Amino acid sequence: MNSQQVTITFDGRPLTAAAGQSVGAALASQGITAWRSTRKGGKPRGLFCGIGVCFDCLVTVDGETNQRACLVEACDGMEVEGS
Amino acid sequence: MSAVPSTAVTVDVAVVGAGPAGLAAAVAAAEAGARVAVVDAGSQPGGQFWRHAPETVQPAPDGHGHHGWSTYLDLRGRFDAAQRAGRITYLPGLQVWMAQSAGSGFVLRTTAAVSSSGAVPVTVTAARLVLCPGGYDRQLPVPGWDLPGVMAAGGIQAFVKANGVLPGKRFVIAGTGPFLLPVAAGIAEAGGEVLAVLESSSPSAWLPHLRAASGVPEKALEGAEYAAVFARHRIPYRTRSIVTEVLGSGRADGVRTARVDADGRVRPGTGRVYADVDVVGFGWGFTPQMELPLSLGVDTRLEADGSLAGVVDERQQSSVPGLFLAGEVTGVGGATLAVLEGLAAGAAAARPDSNVPVKQPAAIVRHRRFARAMHLAHPVPAAWQDWLTPDTTVCRCEEVTAGEITEAREDLGARDARTLKSFTRAGMGWCQGRVCGFAAACLGAGPGVSPDAGSLAGSAKRPLAAPVGIGELAALES
Amino acid sequence: MSQSSDVLVIGAGVIGAATAYFAAQQGLGVTVLDKGLPASGTSSACEGNILVSDKELGPELELTRYSLGVWHNDLAEHKKLWEFESKGGIIVASRESSLASLNRVMAVQKGFGVDVEELDQAALREAEPHISRDALGGASYREDCQVQPMLVAAHLVRLATAAGARFIADTPVTAFMRDGGRVTGVRTPHGDFPAGAVVNCTGTWAGELAAMAGVDVPVLPRRGFVMVTEPLPPMVHHKVYAAEYIDNVGSSDAGLQASPVVEGTPSGTILIGSTRERVGFDRTVSTAALGLLARNATALFPFLERVKAIRHYHGFRPYCPDHLPVIGHDERAPGLWHAAGHEGAGIGLSAGTGKLLAQALAGLTPDLDLSPFAPARFGGGARFGSHTTAHPEHREEATA
Repeated sequence: MNSQQVTITFDGRPLTAAAGQSVGAALASQGITAWRSTRKGGKPRGLFCGIGVCFDCLVTVDGETNQRACLVEACDGMEVEGS
Repeated sequence: MSAVPSTAVTVDVAVVGAGPAGLAAAVAAAEAGARVAVVDAGSQPGGQFWRHAPETVQPAPDGHGHHGWSTYLDLRGRFDAAQRAGRITYLPGLQVWMAQSAGSGFVLRTTAAVSSSGAVPVTVTAARLVLCPGGYDRQLPVPGWDLPGVMAAGGIQAFVKANGVLPGKRFVIAGTGPFLLPVAAGIAEAGGEVLAVLESSSPSAWLPHLRAASGVPEKALEGAEYAAVFARHRIPYRTRSIVTEVLGSGRADGVRTARVDADGRVRPGTGRVYADVDVVGFGWGFTPQMELPLSLGVDTRLEADGSLAGVVDERQQSSVPGLFLAGEVTGVGGATLAVLEGLAAGAAAARPDSNVPVKQPAAIVRHRRFARAMHLAHPVPAAWQDWLTPDTTVCRCEEVTAGEITEAREDLGARDARTLKSFTRAGMGWCQGRVCGFAAACLGAGPGVSPDAGSLAGSAKRPLAAPVGIGELAALES
Repeated sequence: MSQSSDVLVIGAGVIGAATAYFAAQQGLGVTVLDKGLPASGTSSACEGNILVSDKELGPELELTRYSLGVWHNDLAEHKKLWEFESKGGIIVASRESSLASLNRVMAVQKGFGVDVEELDQAALREAEPHISRDALGGASYREDCQVQPMLVAAHLVRLATAAGARFIADTPVTAFMRDGGRVTGVRTPHGDFPAGAVVNCTGTWAGELAAMAGVDVPVLPRRGFVMVTEPLPPMVHHKVYAAEYIDNVGSSDAGLQASPVVEGTPSGTILIGSTRERVGFDRTVSTAALGLLARNATALFPFLERVKAIRHYHGFRPYCPDHLPVIGHDERAPGLWHAAGHEGAGIGLSAGTGKLLAQALAGLTPDLDLSPFAPARFGGGARFGSHTTAHPEHREEATA
């Protein structure tokens, strides 16, 4: 089990994750299951399909919108924002 | 204007996907003498089945929690060797957004799967093409399935394999099919608590298919292995059972379950609640990723599991000359079959005029028979639409409810997935109908009716196989 | 044999649906047949334009204004059903030469009573904050509207059936019933449908249908692509066209041309259109077309460069060589009427076409003179029993 850690920020708050984890995993590991609201109903969404097919887990990474949190590897210093 | 750098590669054989089928196809083609390019949406080989932590962080994965790891190591070793020898150009982190026939070959247009990855889009031109895009979990909506904490069964497995941690602590897994077993076992072995596995079909449903099932003895061993894990962790395996509702506000925290009859109709008085659940996993079989084969015009057929798949001959060639298909895209059948098909497809793509016979054709046949038997034993319950309320979300992306869809069917005559898309927007969102397509097609057909191939094709046709930046399109040469 | 109808409409796209609706409103007994489901042809492959801005002065503009009146009055109560938006259109000029052309066009249009207002750079930026810095000025057309065309067709069919019409899907017409030279109904795999009048509303198939009756209605397909972006917050508030759009619409060039149009939709996606090509019924995707659309779009709205396209679609505009639709009774085959060939204006013109045709079918004098749209203007007198396809370019169009 690797012991490297990375620190990212989520909506401005620092968050630690194990190196190699996806942003989605980093958030889920901290008990954050939703980081986005749907357009029409404002319903919370997070991970669903886990493999990049459903586009539910969209998150902004370093200013780039609509990244799939399940596919993006969390890197040190990464700024992640929900919507 | 951000000039997106792009390069072009021309090869004999292009392979899309680096899961069991793609890896096998690439290796077989390279070893048969072809110059090969592999386009992979993943950042490293393995696909979903052999998904593992990034090798930049864990360079020597031990295969813990994996099946067929020795097969993976063998194929991966040969893949890496072929790369070093310059026979394989591996293009990770790229998704194909369009595949075209061009002259006597094919052209693949790609885009980065993750924008921040820095993966440079490559245009691949190849004389022959092997498509191994795999599949993804098939979903049947139920009330509450769109709450955070609900995931695809395969998504939970991918999460564990890639990240080495669990997405939660207490799980309920529901749906149908042998795939629920490794998902639950994997969760338990990783330290999670599986409160129950709910299987909609009956344990005796596979009895008529005993012969086909016994044709692949490895599966019996696998089954016994899971039974042992379930026993060790005391995981209740409840057959003829479903989740009727995911409970919670803001996130999933429990499930309501019930027993069902052979058609999936709820038996009154059998309801119970599992409280204090933080992850619910649903798996109703798999949907092959069909947009690339469809865009190239391959013949398709409806498989025993009600999915649309590509038709191939004994050398894995589709109805389009030079286009080969391997893995789930020829019919959902698992990783071992995918490897066998990949090896056949790669060899045939490398030497299309040769009459070299397919290695292990009998094994392929046995595995296909087994898959068919399993599909028939684990059908989508005929009455599944009864589980829906008018408010149940069907299209997650566009938030279209079951009520809106049935209204479009009844009042506006929308009886196929394409027309439903036109009238309700179901399937028009980011995922372009990947998640809701099957359910929408069912609803269009009506309660108790299975969607036909035409309707499924209508929802699976995606002119852009992946989202692509308009800036990237602007840079396309005219 | 089915019960006889007063009117048998072939085709449940917007044109057929509107015709059926207004015919039913006239108290006529209507049957609508479609070889598939409602809006399965060009009606589901377009942008939902209701435009005044791009119309040539003459019968086309007259029909357009009449039709606009029908949308706003006869069909006012149904606007929400089909997401009718009076959003207005803006033509943007980014070169001095196109600005000059635009000013000339505006002056002429004003002379004919078109509601158009000049926009200087400041006014343009206020109307469209994200427009390119290169935009010099524009013209604002308040009467341009947007609608969801599939819902138009579907709801007009539903409303027609609520008023007593009959709709039967999955029923292709295989032949016409004749009594001497008169068309007296249609034959289908599900039986015969006798009718007092048969209306050909089959869009890109109109020529084939007409040929079955032995008459020439030269409708040809002009392909167009539209790209659809990811859902976005409101960024584009009107239909926005580059000044080249007007020139393009009337052109008969066969090659790839682009009429840059960018507009938002209620669902948040932005539509980027549209190309015009004469390539028969070819459905092959063209990266050249995608590239052209993308470049044109980013020239108008630079922010689009970072935006993702999530799908594209294409449709075939049914057009006649003189760029006017065919509307009215076909004296070459009495009993047969046509309403087709509306090119890129079908959605906008559907309401007016339907109402006028219904008036004529009911034996009334239509509000607008339909003679400029007469089917017989193409000559090709009655050729009984000839079932050869008039145009070799027409092939069996695969269902999308």
